[in-house]
Amino acid sequence: MPQTLEPLLRSQPFFAGLAPGHVALIAGCAANVVFPAGTFLFREGEPAETFFLIREGRVALEIAAPGRGALVVQTLGEGDVAGFSWLIEPHRWEFDGRAVRRVRAVQMDGTCLRGKCDTDPRLGYDLMRRFAAMASNRLQSTRLQLLDVYGHAHGS
Amino acid sequence: MRTAADTVRPAPPSWIQPRQWRVAAADRESADVVTLALTPPEPFRFQPGQFNMLSVPGIGEVPISISGDPAVTGRVLHTIRDVGPVTRALCALGPGQHAGVRGPYGTSWPLAAAEGGDLVIVAGGIGLPPLRPALYQAIGRRDRFGRIVLLYGARTPADLLFARELRSWRSRFGLDVQVTVDSAGRGWHGSVGVVPGLIPRARFDPAAATAFVVGPEVMMRFTVRGLLAAGVPDDRVYLSMERNMQCAAALCGHCQLGPFLVCRDGPVFCYRPLARWLGIREV
Repeated sequence: MPQTLEPLLRSQPFFAGLAPGHVALIAGCAANVVFPAGTFLFREGEPAETFFLIREGRVALEIAAPGRGALVVQTLGEGDVAGFSWLIEPHRWEFDGRAVRRVRAVQMDGTCLRGKCDTDPRLGYDLMRRFAAMASNRLQSTRLQLLDVYGHAHGS
Repeated sequence: MRTAADTVRPAPPSWIQPRQWRVAAADRESADVVTLALTPPEPFRFQPGQFNMLSVPGIGEVPISISGDPAVTGRVLHTIRDVGPVTRALCALGPGQHAGVRGPYGTSWPLAAAEGGDLVIVAGGIGLPPLRPALYQAIGRRDRFGRIVLLYGARTPADLLFARELRSWRSRFGLDVQVTVDSAGRGWHGSVGVVPGLIPRARFDPAAATAFVVGPEVMMRFTVRGLLAAGVPDDRVYLSMERNMQCAAALCGHCQLGPFLVCRDGPVFCYRPLARWLGIREV
């Protein structure tokens, strides 16, 4: 009998406080995955029909820049969620996601989850709030990175 | 655990004539950061978090935090970033040359008040050197603290300071050392992102933790938000402020921040009384 990922999802901070029935619904779209170091979880421009809940390891979000190679924009680790393009049309990955170290993650089927959100708008609203908070945090971090606070030294 | 709501206001600093201290060693930490080991002409003691005024004749004088171990009195370390004419001249000094020194000045990190709980130290860029004396002292009294967490952010991997010590603090003294950089290439296998982003991942008991924070002011504002969101009480968060310090003796008023003079009442402040003044723009 296959094991459900429900207890695992319940223990993740991202899903903290989610209604038990909703966790069960989400678990129906989840699968355990492993990525060896150096492999890609996703590639920029490819269809984004999944997102990942990282259980272990580190994922680098990268952009390939001509003449500069791959630039690491941010890294994600245990407890982080990688990807919200599954939620936003046209559902294409905006970055490369590379496993810096071996990554164990829960892969969520975005098509499956979007279908359940359409059927159960309360689940959809709850998930949307969580992803909006995550996007807001990432935006704030990106703003702070753009300020280059350590680079703009002035003084005597 | 004692409450740390207020630091004791020190006696008003007095003007001291600079003395010439000999440069015993000059170690390059990164492309634009040098640590000067200076030999004082007489025994010198300081508290973690305090600073000296360093000068080069004919060029000027700047406040520089003391970055070495308070238990070591023979050589006093100052880690200096080249950001202007005075710091450039200081960074160019070599063994056998001299720098003018007066101090120590300012308030110190309230380590005694932090004992009995977890200690969370958050440093950004050149903010690590003013915190290093506190780390040395906390490591020397390791059994008096719970977890000691160091969260350190830098611009790039090449800008990380004290890399060897970071490893040793982690491996030999059981500190939870987490490092992140704002940008990196693929050769870097560590974290990329801003230092406040490390706070939710750090393991400490927020209700019993004391936090010391140093870095650019914008970084400190975001870090304080993160610490408060994690549950650290606002009277247990301490910052080291850098303003336009010129006399260091509460005479000139250049470093005024609301009701405070940073040279007299700081540089180490408790966040609670400072909070409403943090957004004030420097003139």
